[in-house]
Amino acid sequence: MITLAHYIVLGAVLFCIAVAGIFINRKNVIVLLMAIELMLLAVNINFIAFSRFLGDVSGQVFVFFILTVAAAEAAIGLAILTLLFRNRRTINVAEFDDLRG
Amino acid sequence: MIVTSTLLAIVLAPLIGALLAGLLRKQIGRIGAHSVTILGVGIACGLSLWVFWQLVWGGAAIYNHNIYTWFQIGSIGAHIGFQIDRLSALMMVVVSFVSLMVHIYTVGYMAEDDGYQRFFAYIALFTFFMLMLVMSNNFLQLFFGWEGVGLVSYLLIGFWYGKPSASRAGMKAFIVNRVGDLGFVLGIAAVLYFLGSLSYSQVFAHAPSLVGRGIEIIPGHTWSAATLICILLFIGAMGKSAQVPLHVWLPDSMEGPTPISALIHAATMVTAGVFMVARMSPLFELSTTALSMVLVIGATGAFFLGLIGITQWDIKRVIAYSTLSQLGYMMAALGASAYAAGIFHLMTHAFFKALLFLGAGSVIMAMHHEQDMRYMGGLRRYMPITYFTMWVGALALCGIPPFSGFYSKDAIIDAVGMSHIWGSGYAYWCVLLGVFVTATYTFRMMYLTFHGKERFRVDQHAGHVHHDDAQHERGVLAHTPHESPWVVTLPLVLLAIPSLLVGMFAVQPLLYGNFFGSAIFVLPAHNVLGEMATHFHGTLALTLHAVFTAPFWIAIAGIVVTSYIYLINPALADVIKRALGPIYRVIDNKFYFDEFYDAVFARGGVALGRVLWKRADDGAIDGVIVNGSAALVNRVATRARALQSGLLYHYAFAMILGLILLLAGFVFVGHA
Repeated sequence: MITLAHYIVLGAVLFCIAVAGIFINRKNVIVLLMAIELMLLAVNINFIAFSRFLGDVSGQVFVFFILTVAAAEAAIGLAILTLLFRNRRTINVAEFDDLRG
Repeated sequence: MIVTSTLLAIVLAPLIGALLAGLLRKQIGRIGAHSVTILGVGIACGLSLWVFWQLVWGGAAIYNHNIYTWFQIGSIGAHIGFQIDRLSALMMVVVSFVSLMVHIYTVGYMAEDDGYQRFFAYIALFTFFMLMLVMSNNFLQLFFGWEGVGLVSYLLIGFWYGKPSASRAGMKAFIVNRVGDLGFVLGIAAVLYFLGSLSYSQVFAHAPSLVGRGIEIIPGHTWSAATLICILLFIGAMGKSAQVPLHVWLPDSMEGPTPISALIHAATMVTAGVFMVARMSPLFELSTTALSMVLVIGATGAFFLGLIGITQWDIKRVIAYSTLSQLGYMMAALGASAYAAGIFHLMTHAFFKALLFLGAGSVIMAMHHEQDMRYMGGLRRYMPITYFTMWVGALALCGIPPFSGFYSKDAIIDAVGMSHIWGSGYAYWCVLLGVFVTATYTFRMMYLTFHGKERFRVDQHAGHVHHDDAQHERGVLAHTPHESPWVVTLPLVLLAIPSLLVGMFAVQPLLYGNFFGSAIFVLPAHNVLGEMATHFHGTLALTLHAVFTAPFWIAIAGIVVTSYIYLINPALADVIKRALGPIYRVIDNKFYFDEFYDAVFARGGVALGRVLWKRADDGAIDGVIVNGSAALVNRVATRARALQSGLLYHYAFAMILGLILLLAGFVFVGHA
């Protein structure tokens, strides 16, 4: 029997993997973007799980919004990434430290 | 009957002359400048004589009115007004007469100077301020005149502003006078604080209420109000009248042109302090302590500063030290409560000292601006009028009967001798020995200048150089010395007459005839002149009696010794100088006053300023407060910038960490 707890744990695990992806990844900006997408998906799973559990569809409506925004964000993110690569000839995260004090 | 318009004319005529000569100097030219100023001062002199005549013989009442109100704050009013009694009328006559003589003399003395109009503007302006000072009926106007004459004195000492020594001397005079003026201002403030008025008549009317009152400036020490006021006012007089230890500016003021040495630094301005103390007699009588201070300081100057005159070689400096000594006599008289004697000596001294200075100026002109007596000698053949008139001045200065100085100085010595206040014994010896000193330096100066061998030579090719001592060889003249023009000798003659006669005629009314009436107040206990009056049996008897008194023989002794040294045995001077080596050096260095002030106040001031500059300004204000706060921000930021790595995952980590901490707080601490 799959309970609510399983979904929430799955969401938490996905979220932690995404956070770890942001922290551990030192090389690649694309992985960074992917990790952010993964975070959003983890949140989506929580939304759907609670929506189902509470019998309230507004949670699922939220998920659609988030997916839409995530798609737009990914498009813009990749466009920025392309420009970034054109200008800097690298996608190494450790080299993007122009704001260092 | 004295009317306001007369008094206004007396003060305004010199002012208008000064403004015309000063502001329109291009338009009116040299002749215009000396014409308007001489006319202005001449009007003042004539009207002053008329006012004096009205008061003394015409039976006019004392004039005391305010004529203009500057401002009024509560009960304190600042007025311009005149108080014309016999004291101020006498001062007006002396000031305007000597000033007129000096104006006429200047026409000759400054004839070749570029600053001719400027000079006339200054001396006429000086006359205006001095008349405002003596005619005032309140402390504020007195202070106005007081500062005004100080300003003109500064301008005139530094008249040849291209000469560094002259502009330095001007500044020195101004700064030393500031010390005195600080006391004076505090004194006026104390008068206002205790008596609530600035008007002479009200202050003097309420003066007895000061007795028993005190002020606690340092907690635990109560000072008598009368003593405090008088000592503060006297500090002002010490500055202006060049009393020890504020006398150092007067000898240096000889850097100015000779006519102003005669007018300002001998006859009139320096006597302002004497006049002021006499005017304040109702206050000074209340404080024996202040009178003792006046007496001791005056007598000290009379003797010790006279000694310096014996060692000087500059003819003007000899007379300058003589002035210091004579001012000491006047102050000593005031300290002994013989105010009338002090004013009497002020008057006679104004005449004979102006005469001596103008005579010295005449000699300096003949010597082409050489002032060193070592390059003079034997001048009596070349300039007979100067020679004779200066002898009149010299004998008056020494107090030889029947010259005017005898009557005034003798009265001072007697008055000091009869005084019983603290310090009078010391003061008596000072003024008595001062007579010997006076005779010595006066005759030394006369012998060195007019008698003996000629210590200069005449070289027709030496060129004609003025004001430029460094450029030509000393003791060499382009042509033989000659007598000065009539504009110079006329004032000498006109000053020689009162120097000879005024003492004889004035001694009885001025000293023993209660001449000043209510203008001067003396407590019965201090009334030495009243005591002396009982021994007075007419002027002739007094003159003849002189040969039985100590001062006369002391003066004669000084004259005999000096005559022997300088006329018969000149080598003796060097022998004495060597024998008295250390004492001579101390006197020749003017008791090291200048060195002391230089080391303590000038260098001390510089050192203090340096400490404040380096430590307080650079160190504390700039270092700690201004740059220090910036440096602190910089240091904190240097540490803090390490946090800004610029790497995205660090920021993300910080966000997550923060979130976790918030949640942890929420969970563990709870909803409290």
